[in-house]
Amino acid sequence: MREITGYVGKPLLRREDRRLLHGEGQFVGDIVLPKMVHCAFVRSQVPHARIKGVDFAAARRAPGFVTALSGRDIRNVVTPIAGMQVSIPKGWRDRFHYHIDVPAQQILADDKVNYVGEAYAVVVAEDRYKAEDAAELVEPDFEVLEPVVDVDRALKPGSPVLHAEVGSNVISVMSTKKGDGAAALARAKHRIKRRYYHHRYAAMPMECRAVVADYDIRTDSLTVWSSTQVVHWIRKEIGSILGMPEERVRVIAPDVGGGFGGKGHVYPEDVLVPYLARTLRRPIKYVEDRFEHLVNSAHARDNFHDLEIGFDDDGKIVCIVDDFVIDSGAYSPVGATCAANSIAHLLGPYDIQNYEAKGTLVATNKTSNAPYRGAGRPEAAFAMERAIDIAANSIGLDPILMRLRNMVPPERLPFSVGLPYRDGVPITYDSGDYPQALRRAVEELGGLENFRRRQAEGLAAGRYLGIGVGCYVEGTGVGPFEGASVRLDPSGKIMVAVGANNHGQGHETVFAQVAADVWNVPIDQVVVTTADTAAVPMGYGTIASRSTVTAGSAVVHASAKVKDKVLAIAANMLETPTADLEFRDGAVGVKGVPDLKVTLKEIWWASRPGWDHKRPPDMEAGLEANHYYEPPTVTWSYATNAAIVELDPDTGRVTVEKFVAVHDAGILVNPLLADGQVRGGLVQGIGAALYEEIAYDENGQILMGTLADYLLPTADDTPPITVIHQEIPSPSNPLGVKGLGEGGAIAPPCAITNAVSDALRPFKAEFNATPVRWEQVRKVFAEAGVSTPRGRG
Amino acid sequence: MTAPRKITLTINGTVRSAEAEPRMLLADFIRETLGLTGTHVGCEHGVCGACTIIVNGEAQRSCLAFAVQADGATITTIEGLAASDRMHPLQKLFHECHALQCGFCTPGMLAAALDLVGSHDRLTTEEIRTGMSAVICRCTGYDGIMRAVTAYADQLGKLAPAKG
Repeated sequence: MREITGYVGKPLLRREDRRLLHGEGQFVGDIVLPKMVHCAFVRSQVPHARIKGVDFAAARRAPGFVTALSGRDIRNVVTPIAGMQVSIPKGWRDRFHYHIDVPAQQILADDKVNYVGEAYAVVVAEDRYKAEDAAELVEPDFEVLEPVVDVDRALKPGSPVLHAEVGSNVISVMSTKKGDGAAALARAKHRIKRRYYHHRYAAMPMECRAVVADYDIRTDSLTVWSSTQVVHWIRKEIGSILGMPEERVRVIAPDVGGGFGGKGHVYPEDVLVPYLARTLRRPIKYVEDRFEHLVNSAHARDNFHDLEIGFDDDGKIVCIVDDFVIDSGAYSPVGATCAANSIAHLLGPYDIQNYEAKGTLVATNKTSNAPYRGAGRPEAAFAMERAIDIAANSIGLDPILMRLRNMVPPERLPFSVGLPYRDGVPITYDSGDYPQALRRAVEELGGLENFRRRQAEGLAAGRYLGIGVGCYVEGTGVGPFEGASVRLDPSGKIMVAVGANNHGQGHETVFAQVAADVWNVPIDQVVVTTADTAAVPMGYGTIASRSTVTAGSAVVHASAKVKDKVLAIAANMLETPTADLEFRDGAVGVKGVPDLKVTLKEIWWASRPGWDHKRPPDMEAGLEANHYYEPPTVTWSYATNAAIVELDPDTGRVTVEKFVAVHDAGILVNPLLADGQVRGGLVQGIGAALYEEIAYDENGQILMGTLADYLLPTADDTPPITVIHQEIPSPSNPLGVKGLGEGGAIAPPCAITNAVSDALRPFKAEFNATPVRWEQVRKVFAEAGVSTPRGRG
Repeated sequence: MTAPRKITLTINGTVRSAEAEPRMLLADFIRETLGLTGTHVGCEHGVCGACTIIVNGEAQRSCLAFAVQADGATITTIEGLAASDRMHPLQKLFHECHALQCGFCTPGMLAAALDLVGSHDRLTTEEIRTGMSAVICRCTGYDGIMRAVTAYADQLGKLAPAKG
């Protein structure tokens, strides 16, 4: 008999690939239903205006016109999604001073538009071309208002206020502390304060958002396909806003072309398109185009951190005091989460006794700001890691050595930080070796001493090399819960469904690996369903680096419930005590007797309800179980990123010579896929550091309308990258795993800005804002008189 | 001028005829009129390359062409690389090298790689890197894609040693 031991830990190739490589994947835009109509949204071209009226007269005469609605038409019918889409537990509220007053966004703007791109009307027509034609004919009557274009002006007395119901542009404030930051600062031998700005950019998945909805009048039910990370959230909002039992709303995310957080909350279109399907009694499709994605799908980051670091002569950090502001844009569907994350993660892998942090969310007339891969962590890491470099340089200590002096050593783990996580539980770094990650990263770059020698030699020859690191810790696998449903099929297959949503991670492969091991079956005997509310009664979704931890654990627990019954039935069939039985190769057999077994298929038939079953007396029929895994708290991933850059004095060009990430996500269920997740995140982070930017002009007009303006990194822009996995198991869940979806994107901005600043140390230049622009680098050289005449020209 | 025109083309080895308005994009014609949804539209501006297909032997952005311009053309899309139960060598390498995650850019990547390797006698890895910059991937960080396309060039005996 073939011995099956362990799919977990193997670099299995993905199940998802075959259909995607043959063009047989099914994305929302690919769905075609009989009698389907199409919609186009009419979006504001001005950042701030009062809507006096919307004229559909010309649009109604357009060929193929079906219907059109303005915000006023649906004001009392389709009510807004709650402003803040996530809940906050008591354990967090008790330790924070806060007020969260996030305004709700109308499904279609009815009174005011608050950013360029906000929809105030929708037009439905027989095809997409006709819908866009008709949408162009919609005439708004706007009273243009003064826009609030940046947070400084938003906070000034007399500024226009976006949301009258909030009363000011401050939509959330939160703060916490440990030790005594102010007193410790006063005592500190050295203190340095700077403003660190992490700029505005966005998730930018290659597939834009899309929604198809189909209403069935016989059952008064809706089926909705959305390109989303959170099908169960969408079901909840549709159910409550449209007044339907959630059981009558099925939301499916089919193949999804990337999410990265940008599809991690409910958008107005997710509710309005189903509403239209129900109203029109016809299937309806909406596919966002790239311009709409740039102006309307959530942006991210855009934080100013005024951070002061206090430290002694040896470089020991004694306190951090941080006061930061997030430019939230017009709404902030999950935005307070980013602020809470920044506060929880700012201290990173360091042992710092005194800490005060305060975050303020400010509304401006820009596109809404929501979590994107990292969600408050890249911003915090950027402020902290730049501060350490500046502090170290000020006392002549190498920044890498200063980090090693402050890191929590492995022997002090589990380490209690003294702050609550956003799940309300006190933060405990549970496993890892932070100094080792830093040392390995620097070694992989050739070692610090070697580099400093190379740097000095280069400088003498007019070459500008710099080294930079970025270290962080990341709470992963956050609750509140994730659902899994496991059941045995009459064919003997293990049917697994999870509330986690697959948008490129390879969940169908990963959860098959987990289930195959739990059941000791060949992996082909496991069938995995993701992102379908009909398959799992309650689910949460794929956000916050949590699916392997939470859905994986849910699969383990749900399986255990079914396995208990399977074992009892097998014991009855084999007339052998359960203690003498084992799961092996798709069957349950008697230990030590290879031929004595019953297959899972036979066990299913023995278990079925009705006549002639072979269940033990009093056992209920059915081999199926749901489990809702509620993690006790998060488990802590971490990494060090390190980069060597070279700067061109003539052009300011930043070339990343080599990039290294030493990452610990505990046990890797599939090392091939884990590596792909980290690498993909790193390149997004490198894009953030050097290329990607969403800018607005002084009138509040967005300057990025195509991917020719918003520069995503290409293969040519990607430096040589080495990824090293430490794989120190998590003690916090049954699989020993930690999350890794977001980690890659957290530290490249700080590693690269630190490296650029390091290369420019001869000129005492500090890069305390992202992105690093070539022209800024060149300006440093020009002012120092270093660029060649050609370069200066 | 806006009356539909009849378009006849050969796509994945089959002759297909259908009507299209002159303004209809080739990408929309392929996806919506012919029902071949393996071709994806990522940006509608010719930047991201997800919609890249092979037209008369050369890679082309199908979002930057009108369907009427493809009248009489011979086109290969991702559906035409191999039957569902088989794999083209390049598809197999993409699978083995984990060169895709969400799969949205993959049709364009495959078309770009086929054109790049097919139209050169020798390619260095640097040239492959530059050539593959024709298509944007947001998921993978390009590592698997580079390994797959490099291995494909190698299989065809076209991989040149790195310069310098």
